[in-house]
Amino acid sequence: MASYSTNEFRSGLKIMIDGDPCSIIENEFVKPGKGQAFNRVKIRNLKTGRVLEKTYKSGESVEAADVMDTDMQYLYNDGDAWHFMHPETFEQVAADVNALGDAAKWLKEQDTCVVTLWNGVPISVTPPNHVILTVTETDPGVRGDTSGGGGKPATCDTGAVVRVPLFVDIGDQIKVDTRTGEYVSRA
Amino acid sequence: MIDWRPSASTETLLIRARLLQRIRAFFQAREVLEVETPLLSHAAVTDPHLESFMVSGSQAVRPRYLHTSPELAMKRLLAAGSGPIYQVCKVFRAGEAGRWHNPEFSMLEWYRPGFDHLQLMAELDDLVRELLDGYRSLMPTLKLGYREAYQRYVGTDPLSASIAELQAVVKQHGINVAGLDETHKDPWLDLLMTHVIEPALPPASPVFIYDYPASQAALARIRPDTPPVAERFELYLGGMELANGFHELTDAVEQRQRFAADLACREARELPWVQEDERFLAALEAGLPACAGVAVGIDRLVMLAASVNSIPEVLTFDDSRA
Repeated sequence: MASYSTNEFRSGLKIMIDGDPCSIIENEFVKPGKGQAFNRVKIRNLKTGRVLEKTYKSGESVEAADVMDTDMQYLYNDGDAWHFMHPETFEQVAADVNALGDAAKWLKEQDTCVVTLWNGVPISVTPPNHVILTVTETDPGVRGDTSGGGGKPATCDTGAVVRVPLFVDIGDQIKVDTRTGEYVSRA
Repeated sequence: MIDWRPSASTETLLIRARLLQRIRAFFQAREVLEVETPLLSHAAVTDPHLESFMVSGSQAVRPRYLHTSPELAMKRLLAAGSGPIYQVCKVFRAGEAGRWHNPEFSMLEWYRPGFDHLQLMAELDDLVRELLDGYRSLMPTLKLGYREAYQRYVGTDPLSASIAELQAVVKQHGINVAGLDETHKDPWLDLLMTHVIEPALPPASPVFIYDYPASQAALARIRPDTPPVAERFELYLGGMELANGFHELTDAVEQRQRFAADLACREARELPWVQEDERFLAALEAGLPACAGVAVGIDRLVMLAASVNSIPEVLTFDDSRA
């Protein structure tokens, strides 16, 4: 089994911790003058997204996690799973609701997402930073009000609810930042 | 594009050059002799927590080790009657790299015959204040016994606490640690020192921690108190460990035992065997004068003077671009 020594730790390295694949965010080498050295790492659990801190005795070996970030096209949802396709190999994978998490509400068919595969199985999906959605439900637009002040909730075709300016109407296409969930502009 | 540029700014290099001048002026005024000892040695450090670089030449030449500190050679000079000496040199430690570490770094080391560790702490405090004068304002110096530091910042007596008690404290502080030896106390003490005490020390005061557990004596003499303590100290400033000093062990028999214990520990941990320094042991047998010595990280002093947060910023070319 592949493994890394703490000497190879750097941000972005994927390792196994308590049976889960994790990504190193920060690595710090500390030593008390004389005596035992440690690697203090901040890591993200790639299955849960949780960030935790862990300390390794320097020189320890840690199991590598076979994790790959792959750009894939979102195809469709069959009620249970979300299906993605590799644009060059046409290989398809199915991600379950745990892997999708919050990403589900931003997915539009044909959009390219980053699918994180662990041992070939999707464990998380990152939608594009910006998506174009169609408003399916919102209070009637206030014509002429382009100030954007106040705002109102709008439900989009993917099911996402976004706070939009008062002038936005049903049927409008809007650009949304998926990292913050915020309205950017009319598309 | 290939990154050929230095990792330090020209301003920082100027500060480094000034600090080196100040170091030499300080010791000249105190009549301490500057010396040079070999970087390449036939013997290697035995400390299981230090890894030497091994240097090979052609097939016909026996490999040498790059020194991890000039300590043993300087003590041979002291035994030969040099009187007080200091050295500024590069030292090499494999596997040590990070925000505060570079595998090759600059060290100031000096020895004072007739001093104990407390007298040397006072001289080091003078030096640090002189070096940083005009660069950084310092609060009054704090001197804490190791035991006192533990009681103040951890709330535990490090000398009497059991491993299980230390583990409970580690857990209390939310430290999630892997792979630490459950049968030895020192790694747990080191863990709490680096994770709890060091970050809590007042950053603007030079902080001396002294009188270490006898199990962490390294090359310091052990004072037969109850329980016995090692006459060793560390200096911290600005959240960094700057210096490690000893009231030096001069007993050749005990030194031989400590080397043997280091080598046994290396074997148990499957670390490379190293050749202990027989010439150093012979010098101790001939007689090392009672003395205190200290090693100071020059790069970290430059970091403090230049107000930068990582060691590459004070090196012309850090390890990644060396």
